[in-house]
Amino acid sequence: MPRPPLASWGQLPAVPAAHERWLSDRAAPLPAVAGSVLAYGNGRSYGDVGLNSGATLLHTRGMDRFIAFDEATGVLTCEAGVLLAEILDVFVPRGWFLPVTPGTRFVTVGGAIANDVHSKNHHRAGSFGGHVRRFELLRSDGSRRVCAPGENAEWFAATIGGLGLTGLITWVELSLKPISGVGITVASTRFTGLDEFFAVNTEAEARHEYTVAWIDCLAPTVRGIFMAGDHSAGQGQAAAARKALNFPLTPPFSLVNGLTLRAFNQAYYNRPVPAMSVVHYAPFFYPLDGILHWNRLYGRQGFYQYQFVLPMAARAALADVLRSISTSGQGSFLAVLKTFGDLSSPGLLSFPMPGVTLALDFPNRGAPTRALFDRLDAIVGEAGGRLYPAKDARMSGEFFRRSYPRLNEFLPFVDAKFSSDFARRVLL
Amino acid sequence: MQKILIIGATSAIAEATARLWAARGDALFLVGRRADRLQAIAADLCVRGAASVGCHTMDACDGAAHAAMFEAAHSALGGLDVAFIAHGTLPDQKACEASVEQTLREIDSNGLSVIVLATRLANTFEKQGHGSLAVISSVAGERGRQSNYVYGAAKGLVSLFLQGLRNRLAKRGVHVLTIKPGFVDTPMTAEFSKGALWAKPETIARGIVHAIDRRRDEVYLPGFWWLIMALIRHIPERVFKRLSL
Ligand SMILES: Cc1cc2nc3c(=O)[nH]c(=O)nc-3n(C[C@H](O)[C@H](O)[C@H](O)COP(=O)(O)OP(=O)(O)OC[C@H]3O[C@@H](n4cnc5c(N)ncnc54)[C@H](O)[C@@H]3O)c2cc1C
Ligand SMILES: NC(=O)c1ccc[n+]([C@@H]2O[C@H](COP(=O)([O-])OP(=O)(O)OC[C@H]3O[C@@H](n4cnc5c(N)ncnc54)[C@H](OP(=O)(O)O)[C@@H]3O)[C@@H](O)[C@H]2O)c1
Repeated sequence: MPRPPLASWGQLPAVPAAHERWLSDRAAPLPAVAGSVLAYGNGRSYGDVGLNSGATLLHTRGMDRFIAFDEATGVLTCEAGVLLAEILDVFVPRGWFLPVTPGTRFVTVGGAIANDVHSKNHHRAGSFGGHVRRFELLRSDGSRRVCAPGENAEWFAATIGGLGLTGLITWVELSLKPISGVGITVASTRFTGLDEFFAVNTEAEARHEYTVAWIDCLAPTVRGIFMAGDHSAGQGQAAAARKALNFPLTPPFSLVNGLTLRAFNQAYYNRPVPAMSVVHYAPFFYPLDGILHWNRLYGRQGFYQYQFVLPMAARAALADVLRSISTSGQGSFLAVLKTFGDLSSPGLLSFPMPGVTLALDFPNRGAPTRALFDRLDAIVGEAGGRLYPAKDARMSGEFFRRSYPRLNEFLPFVDAKFSSDFARRVLL
Repeated sequence: MQKILIIGATSAIAEATARLWAARGDALFLVGRRADRLQAIAADLCVRGAASVGCHTMDACDGAAHAAMFEAAHSALGGLDVAFIAHGTLPDQKACEASVEQTLREIDSNGLSVIVLATRLANTFEKQGHGSLAVISSVAGERGRQSNYVYGAAKGLVSLFLQGLRNRLAKRGVHVLTIKPGFVDTPMTAEFSKGALWAKPETIARGIVHAIDRRRDEVYLPGFWWLIMALIRHIPERVFKRLSL
């Protein structure tokens, strides 16, 4: 089997790591190597938080054992390289689900902690770190610490959302939540304009566990489809059992361009959406997991995802962002719009804050793309918002340091031996 | 529920196979050299749904320790439906050429130890009149090559031995499976650069479980290795000896 390509999910051109080590024993010491090291989970971060150009990557996927499960409470202990997909495969049939899941199930538990990932239920559940009870952190000096809210709490807070810089997470204890079945009841509503989005959203958040909207940002007035979901005892006739398709190769140029985008968004918006349906959880949470390596669609130059959050009070700036995008002529496929609730995370560098978040994909067209991002940064920064490191490959260090106010509390916990392209770009 | 003994249970291929059995609720007994790794694997298999998982530390080359291991397995499982032998080592061929001791050690760990274990298991199965003996040999056992003939000879020994055993036990309702993997991406082959012919341990594991369920005699995993090996076997020796394989 070819080794996983050591680019990140956005496949942007990057200098590869000089060395790679495959970890499989959680009790083993860190490999002795010269230069810096960085844990590499399943490579689902878009930008450079998971890259360590010219130095060493420590692959964690071989640390993929379950350790214990309490059938009464749903508390699971497992190694940090276990995929969320593996947890679902084993525990959904027994009536348990992830408390928080990102939009792909092909991420490791360690990666989910290091980026403190969020889901469509942020308004109810907060981020992933809030459901982590304990983990072990292995440092380059050989020390091992069990970190929990009540034990080594400051290490716990630094490592949740800590971007892999505080050391290696070896095992994790987290709480699964009980569900009544594999289905999700989905209510879909079309909306036009941001005011309507916020109105629909406020009502939906009060009544539903999961909320998210897809928007067509190429339309003259923003329009989209709002989806609200809840676990259901129903089955959901789904594509779940179908084998995933694979996008087998990277075309020399991006298949995503103005023409295909407009056509796609148009069709997506106008597809028939039943007001109410029951679907299997997989297509609801992981619509893109059905096509492996869909990221290759963007061609050899790769693509960026731009995800930001704005404080709720500054939500008007969202319209400015969308206007800048549409005048730039560089559209995005399905853009995902969602609000974050006010449950705070223990993580010092956690991305979510109460407000509204938008995620958009852009093919890498070089300078014009980056110039657009600089304009968007100005709007987001001015409004008191920030960008998600898991998706970022280009924000300035100045912007990062300004928008993550607890950075100075975090820095003392960075392991001197651990580094990443992201860290070298923005921390100093 | 099947009662399954796995020897060399810390192997990547064996672990992937054990996970499939655990998910089916089988009872497992794991044998290997490293107690801590066996414990970690056992805990994982329990969470995945195994009916029970026992562990026993033993070096397969230590023949004197076999009897105690079989006894422990028997009392933990209360019977035996499947015995799966997976342990093996990939020799440094150059070092073997320079050392008779090393050559013999490799022949032992990949060949003789397997034959010692298989002999006793065959007798147990023959007596009870049912059961499956599944053993990992290798495509390397089909033709001696300059780069790897010590390993190849040991695996060839195993393949031929199993063929005879199958011939003997077929009349007694006992199933003997020879597993011949091609290139598999495991710790054994960590140093190799991987191309298109390489398979993951999970793929091999599915093939193994399927072959045992279907009571197959011999499997190449993945299946395309049957064709590759058929071609390699048919190259005349006078040509083959000039190649650098
Ligand atoms: C299609 C798609 C949809 C997505 N949807 C969402 C979403 O809805 N919400 C969201 O929050 N994110 C989302 N993401 C982003 C993704 O969840 C995160 O990037 C996640 O962290 C990736 O995990 P990974 O295991 O692939 O880790 P990698 O990307 O390989 O690594 C991520 C970081 O984790 C660190 N790390 C990994 N393992 C360890 C360890 N054992 N110890 C210490 N550090 C470690 C790495 O050093 C790196 O800094 C999405 C990504 C994709 C591709
Ligand atoms: N990988 C391939 O490409 C490939 C191809 C064809 C056939 N095979 C065969 O497949 C089998 C499994 O190998 P693998 O690929 O899964 O590699 P692996 O993960 O390295 O497994 C080999 C295992 O054998 C164990 N072992 C070696 N000598 C032993 C002994 N004397 N007593 C007890 N255990 C011993 C090792 O135990 P420790 O954990 O204690 O070291 C190790 O767990 C082997 O028989 C191998 O020859 C592999």
